[in-house]
Parts: sequence; structure tokens; C-alpha cells
Amino acid sequence: MKTTRSTAPAPTAQDEYTVDVFTVVNGAPVQWRVDTRTTLLEALRDSSGLTGTKRGCDQGACGACTVHVDGARVVSCLMLAAQVDGRQVTTVEGLIDEEGRLHPLQEAFVRHDAFQCGFCTPGQLMSAVCLLREGRAGSDAEIREYMSGNLCRCGAYDNIVAAVREAAGGGA
Amino acid sequence: MRAFVYDRPDAVDEAVASVAADPQAAFLAGGTTQLDLMKDGVWTPDRLVDISRLPLRGILVESQQLKVGALTTMEQLAAEPVVAQRLTFVREALLAGATVQLRNMATIGGNLLQRTRCRYFRDPTVAACNRRSPDSGCAAVDGVARMHAVLGVDERCIALHASDVAVPLLAVEASVLVSGPSGQRRIPLSEFWVRADEGPSIENVLGHGDLITEIDVPLLPQGWRSGYLKVRDRASYEFALTSAAVAVQMDGDMIADIRIGLGGVGSVPWRAREAEEMLRGTHVDPVRFEQAGRATMASAFTVPGTAFKVDLAVRTLSRQLITMTEATR
Repeated sequence: MKTTRSTAPAPTAQDEYTVDVFTVVNGAPVQWRVDTRTTLLEALRDSSGLTGTKRGCDQGACGACTVHVDGARVVSCLMLAAQVDGRQVTTVEGLIDEEGRLHPLQEAFVRHDAFQCGFCTPGQLMSAVCLLREGRAGSDAEIREYMSGNLCRCGAYDNIVAAVREAAGGGA
Repeated sequence: MRAFVYDRPDAVDEAVASVAADPQAAFLAGGTTQLDLMKDGVWTPDRLVDISRLPLRGILVESQQLKVGALTTMEQLAAEPVVAQRLTFVREALLAGATVQLRNMATIGGNLLQRTRCRYFRDPTVAACNRRSPDSGCAAVDGVARMHAVLGVDERCIALHASDVAVPLLAVEASVLVSGPSGQRRIPLSEFWVRADEGPSIENVLGHGDLITEIDVPLLPQGWRSGYLKVRDRASYEFALTSAAVAVQMDGDMIADIRIGLGGVGSVPWRAREAEEMLRGTHVDPVRFEQAGRATMASAFTVPGTAFKVDLAVRTLSRQLITMTEATR
């Protein structure tokens, strides 16, 4: 469900450098009272304790902090927490289903050993979930192009591509 | 990051008034360039006026043009079917830029206003930057230069305008609608940016409080063909070393009409008018393609790190001209 400006309460700051943010994270309503400078990444990790979202470069270059805002993948380090007021945020913690089972893509990552140190993995997963929805898993080249916003310094790319391909129904 | 007040008005005129009233205020849209610069301490607004909820998102398709709301994201514009059909080089340039994550955030209006990627500009500990501080010098001219401009620059500043999509938008003669403290006006993109050699600290003609609300993009007439070729250091998620946006209308093996934009080379997105004039009404001839490229690059100002761009730009344009003219034969 998309929440529009008309139903979202405006932030009511306690002082001019503080902002109140009302949002929904992984289906649950959340309120943050944060410094205006707080990024979405910082609010998720430090205010909500959702540390699955990783801080890599903190400048939009590595993709480790990828989350979904209203269903679209974004890098949370380049978005202010205030900008998700009234919006829906999904993090890697939100990929499991109601019974606590892993997302099929997570299963595929495990099966294909699609990581070494694992630091980039939450961002890789959040990006790849959108890639599948966007219908951009037509070939290995297409998967690589549409995963190019997620760097893996261990170099697990071949296995990541294999996991995404399998999750897309293209076989192992 | 310097502390700032966050404000989110409901209407364009409120947003304009809010920024216009405060010399230290600025608009915030997609934020992909802005937050980066704020973290680096290069850009230090005291008040951010978040325009991202204003009703300036979406594309209106008319018979001869697109009216693109300034807050339309790069992904949204790339997904518009009419763009794929009638402005192929715009779609290709969009999808060759950044990553899906950034294209979901970055707006078209913001893309036109993106700041240079010059690493000396983005490092406030570097004192010499005429773009940041007038008359302080230019560290890049004697420094490590590669992702820098060779056209519209001189020894005072070699900052590159790194946008991909701005290149075909300029070639197709798009214009922006601007709302400002003194009302609305339209600015053709050909008059929008200011070259570094015409004033290194001024990037465009907008004044404080001016807000781009819409980009009007003429559709290429039926029968035209267009494409965008981007040459870069890695295959994806990298700025252009050189790029060429070409649209042609062929008549047999003759070039009836043509539009050319070059990226990766200018302090502003570059329209190659000399090349267009040399090629309009001529038969397909790769030798002439190269001559047209040479004529465009004749005024290049290079430093050791950017000298390679002259040949690379000529070859990028030649190759794209061959591709675009062969496809119709």
C-alpha cells in the first residue's frame, strides 16, 4: 500500500534540527525522532536496531545498504530518514515469510555459496529481489548489468549470478 | 555534515518562496549528489527544502513532445514506451548511467543539475578549486586528471559535466520550465549550462530559488534513428570517458538530417554542431565521419591526463555514426 502525503503526518520537530519520522518498516509502524542529518541507513541500524543493512562506502558506490522504499531498491546511505516519512521500507530482515522461512533467493544464495565474508550479502539480496520483480534475469549478462550497483570485494560474483539465475527459474 | 533545518512544503510556490527567502537554503530532490557532497563538507546548506513530494512526477505524452515532470526518476523515464520508440538514445543513455538503485532515486531535473565529479572539487581539503572558491586556482590542471573535460575549459577549470542523459536531451533540443521568485520561464538546454571557460564558478543560468518543474523533450520525427554509445573504464556503473548521442534521418545512403551530442568531454553537455553541418546532406563516408569528429575536437584544451580523449572522442563518434547509418541500409 502506498501512503500519500495527504495521510502521512508532517514531521513535528522538537527543535529545528530534529525531525519526527513516521514510517512502516517490514510491515510494522515505526517512529523515529532523529537529527535532521540522519540517513535512512543510520535510522534503520541505530534507531531500529535493524543491523542487517550494512554501511559499506556510505557514498552510494557499493550497494551494501540497499533497501526497498515503496518496493523500489534504493541505497539508504544517500537518503535522509526524513524522506521516508509515510513510506514503506523493507530491509533484509523483512525477506522471511510469516513462518520465518528464508526467501527462495536466500535459499539459492546458501545453495550456491554466493558469498564469502557476507558483508555485501544483504544488499545483494535486496537488489536481486527487485531484479527478479523487474524481470531482468533474462541472461547472465543482464543479471550482471542489473546487479552492478552491488560490489562484492570477495569476488563471489559467479556464484551470485548462479543463485539469481536459479531463483529466476533459469536452473542452476 | 553541517546541521540543517528540514522543511517539506506542499506546493511549488511555497518551496520557491522558502528557498528564495533564505540565502543558505537549497532544494532537496533525489539527494544522490547532494547528500554525498554534504557528507564531504563541500556543500553546506543551512536549510533543506525537500521537494520530493511535490506533484512534479510523471510523463505526459503529446504528439510532438514529452512533458517530463522534473521529479520523474531516471528509471521512470527509461520505462516509458514512447522513449524507447521515439527517443531511443535517451533511453540508452539513461540505462547506461549509474545503477538501478541510484536511478530509482535520482530525478531528471536533478540529473541536469548534478555537480562535477572532479575529485579536487569534492575534497574540501584541496584549497585550489576555482569552481568552489573563485580565484583559488585549479588543482586538477596540474594534478591527476582523467575524468575531466577537454571542451569548454581552460587552465582555470577542467571540470566535467558527467551526465549521460543530458547529452541526447541537448541534441534533441529539450528545454526546461523554471519557477522562480520572479515567475515562470522556459530555458532551452542549449542556453542552460555555463561553460567552465566562461566562468568556472558558475554552472548554469539558474538563480537562487529557481526550481526546474518540467523538462520538455521533442520527440524525434518518425523515420529517425538514434542511439547512445558510451566508452568507459569498466563495463557498468562507471562514468563515460567519452560518449556519443547520434540521431539521424537517412535518405538512402545519404544523411538527410542529423543531431549529435558528445559526453565525457565537455564542462557542459556538448552539442557537435560543426560535425552536424559537415555531415548533413552527405553520403555515408567513414573518412568524413572522422573529419567531422576532428573538427569538433579542434578546440580541445588538454592536460597530460586528458590528451587521450581527443582521439577517443573522434573514434567514439565515428563508430556511432557508422552504427547509426549502417542500420538503415
